[in-house]
Amino acid sequence: MSNKTLNGRRDFLKATTSGVIAGMLPVSLVRLAGATESDPEFTFAYISDSHIQHIKGAEFVRNWDRGLIRAVAEANLLEPKPDFVVFGGDLAQLGTKAELDHGAEILSGLNYKMRVVMGEHDYYLDLGEYWSDLYGEHYYSWDHKGVHFITLNSIITYDDWTFDRWESPERRMNEMAGLDNPNGSPFMVGRKQMKWLKKDLSKVSRDTPVVVFSHSPLQKIYKGWNFWTEEADDVQALLKRFDKVNVIYGHVHQIQYNQIDTIAFTSVMSTAWPWPYPESYAQAESHLPILTVPMNRADPFNERDATGWQFMNMHTGRVDLEFNLYNNNNRTVAFNHEKGHPEDTMFSNPKERTPTQSHF
Amino acid sequence: MKKLLIAACALLAAGAVAAQTPLGLPGVPVPADNPQTPQKIALGSLLFHDVRFSATGDVACATCHAAEKVFTDSPLSVSEGINKLTGTRNAPTVVNAAYNKTQFWDGRSPSLEDQALHPFLNPVEMALPDHGPILEIIRGDDNYVAMFRDAFGIRAANITMDEVTKAIAAFERTQVSGNSPFDRWYFGRESDAISEPARRGFAVFLGNGRCVSCHAIEQDHALFTDHLFHNIGVGINDIQDKVPQLAHAFQVAKNQGMDVDVAVLSDADTSHLGRFAVDDQLSSIGGFKTPTLRNIAVTAPYMHDGSMKTLREVVEHYNNGGVTPADGAVNAFLSGGIKPLNLSEQEIDDLVAFMESLTSPQFEQTSGDSVAATSGTGE
Repeated sequence: MSNKTLNGRRDFLKATTSGVIAGMLPVSLVRLAGATESDPEFTFAYISDSHIQHIKGAEFVRNWDRGLIRAVAEANLLEPKPDFVVFGGDLAQLGTKAELDHGAEILSGLNYKMRVVMGEHDYYLDLGEYWSDLYGEHYYSWDHKGVHFITLNSIITYDDWTFDRWESPERRMNEMAGLDNPNGSPFMVGRKQMKWLKKDLSKVSRDTPVVVFSHSPLQKIYKGWNFWTEEADDVQALLKRFDKVNVIYGHVHQIQYNQIDTIAFTSVMSTAWPWPYPESYAQAESHLPILTVPMNRADPFNERDATGWQFMNMHTGRVDLEFNLYNNNNRTVAFNHEKGHPEDTMFSNPKERTPTQSHF
Repeated sequence: MKKLLIAACALLAAGAVAAQTPLGLPGVPVPADNPQTPQKIALGSLLFHDVRFSATGDVACATCHAAEKVFTDSPLSVSEGINKLTGTRNAPTVVNAAYNKTQFWDGRSPSLEDQALHPFLNPVEMALPDHGPILEIIRGDDNYVAMFRDAFGIRAANITMDEVTKAIAAFERTQVSGNSPFDRWYFGRESDAISEPARRGFAVFLGNGRCVSCHAIEQDHALFTDHLFHNIGVGINDIQDKVPQLAHAFQVAKNQGMDVDVAVLSDADTSHLGRFAVDDQLSSIGGFKTPTLRNIAVTAPYMHDGSMKTLREVVEHYNNGGVTPADGAVNAFLSGGIKPLNLSEQEIDDLVAFMESLTSPQFEQTSGDSVAATSGTGE
C-alpha cells in the first residue's frame, strides 16, 4: 500500500516536471515549467468550510478547530509558496462574533495574502455585517498575473425570506443552516450583484482567463441542500462568453467537477466534515455532474476522513486542483485540454477505482 | 512404500516449519518467492546473530533485537549501534513483525526482506560501507556455504544479499506469539483467563479509551494495529516551531538524493517528522505506524523515540489529548482521532491491566535481565 502511494507520488512528480501541474509535495521544489510571460503559471491554496462552532465561554467544537488549524499549518509548508490563499466560506457555524473571531484568529496563522468568500453560515445572523468588519466587501474582483479573479457572494436569497419572515436573526440563521428544510430558500446572486458582475466582466477581454470563487455551486445539482444557485443559468450565460472560465466553489464538502461550455467547475473539501453525495437521498431528484467520479463513502470512525483542503496550479488559463486528504490517497482533478474538461487524473479509468467498502 | 515414507518425512518437515498458529493470530503471511523451510530458518537465525556483519565486528541484528528481551533492546529508549552510537528510534520487537504491512516506525520499508538490508549500512547501526563485507564473510565460511547450499541450492560465488535477507526474513517469520491470557479469554472463551481489572480495561479499550480505532481487533484474531500512520503528539510536540524549517530542509536534501534511512536515524528533530520523510505528504507530518500491543508490558519503553517509560504514562498522554504534560501545546498536525478522553484514574489503571494481559506465555517471565528466551530460534 505504501508502495503504491510512493509510486503515485513519483508519477505525480513526473507529471509535475513535464509542466502539467505544480505542486504537491512540499516537494514541489519542482520548478514550474511552462510559465511564460503570456501564460503565467502560479499556485494558490484553498481552504474552506471550517464551520467553527461555539459551545460556550472559550469553548469551541474541538474537531472543527483542529481541522482548520491543521489545514493552515500544512498550507504554510507548501513549496513553492502559493501566491495567495482563498478561504471558501462558512468560516463559522452560526455566524456569531465569537465564531468569526475565533476562526479569523486561526486563519491569521497563514503566511500568505488571503481572499475570503462569504458562506451562508457567516451571513444569515447579521447579514454579513461583522464578517465585513473582518474581511471587507461581500463581492469583489482583482487581477493577478494576467488572470481575472472574481469573488461572488452567491448565498443571498429572496428579500421577503431574508427580511420579512423571521422573528429573530438567530431563527433566520438556523433555518438557512438546515438541510431538506421546507422553510429554507434557494441561494442566489441577486439582481444587484448580477448587474455588478456584468459591468465587471465588460472590462475583461474574451481571451483573459477568468476564475470565479463562489460558496455555492453556480450550477443546479441538488436543491434540498442548496447544492444550487437559483440564477445559475444567467451567471453561466455571462461567463461562457470568455474562452477559459474556472469556477471554484465550497459548500458541498465533497469532490465534484463539471464542464458547461467554456466553464470548468470544481468543488473543494471542507476541513470539518463530509456530506454524502445527494443521490444517497433517493426520494428527491439530484444531478451530480456525470463527469464526477465520487469519493468513496467516508469512514465514520475516522474523524478526518473525507475532509481536507487543496492547492491549485493555474496555467494555460485553467486551474488544476490537488486535494490534500487525510488517511486517504490525495486526488488530483486537472483540466484535460484534449477532452476539454476537468478530470480526475487517477480514477477516471473505472479500473483504477477503489471498490466501495462492503464489509464493516 | 518408499514414496509414502518420503511423503511422511516431507509432512514432518512442513509441520516443523508451520507450527500451529497461536490463538489470537491469523496465519503468517509468507511471500510466494520466499517459502519457509527449516534450512532457511536455521540459516536466518545464524545470520541474525552474527556480530561480524558490522564495522566493529560486535553488533548483530540480535544486539538491538535480543531474544531474551522479546527481540528488543529494552530498556534502552533508542538503539545503540557500533561504538555505542545512538540512533533516534526505539527498537521495535521482531515478534509478530511478520504481520506488519510495512517495516520501521515510519514504514519506509515494504517487507522484512527489504528491511534487513538497511541496518547493515546505517552509520549509527552496523555501519558497513556496503554489503560486500557480509558476502565476503559468508563465502569464506564453510558452515555458511553449506547452509546456503542446503537452503537455496546455490554455490558460494552466487550468494547475494537476496538470499541473505530472505533467510533472515524467514527466521523472523517464525517469531510470532499469541496465546496471551487475553487471547484465551476473548478468543478461547476461558472466562477466568484475565483479571477483573483487565476485563474492565478491555471495555475502556473499546469504549471511552477509543484505543481500538487504531489498535484494531477482528472477529477471530487481533494484531492490535491498523497498519496506518498517526500523529499522536509524540516528538513532534517538541519541535513544533521548527517544523517549517525542518520540513523544507529535509525536502531539499531528499530532492538532492540524501538517504532517508540515514537522515531519520542521525537527527532527532528530523526523525520526529515521521512518515512525512517517507511519503512527502503534508498530512503525514509527525505520523508514526501504529505498533502492535502484543507483549507491550515487556517491551518498555514506548513510542518511536522511547520517550515514555511506563504504560501509564502512555495512557495519560492519550488521556490528555496527545500532550504531555496536560497543559502542553497541541501540535497543529495532530491526527483527528486524538482528543482528550476524560478517563478516570480507575479507567487508566484498568487499561494498563488490560495491556498487561497481552503478554504471551513464553515472555511472561520477561522483566529486566531475567528473561526466558523460550521462543528461541523457532526451529
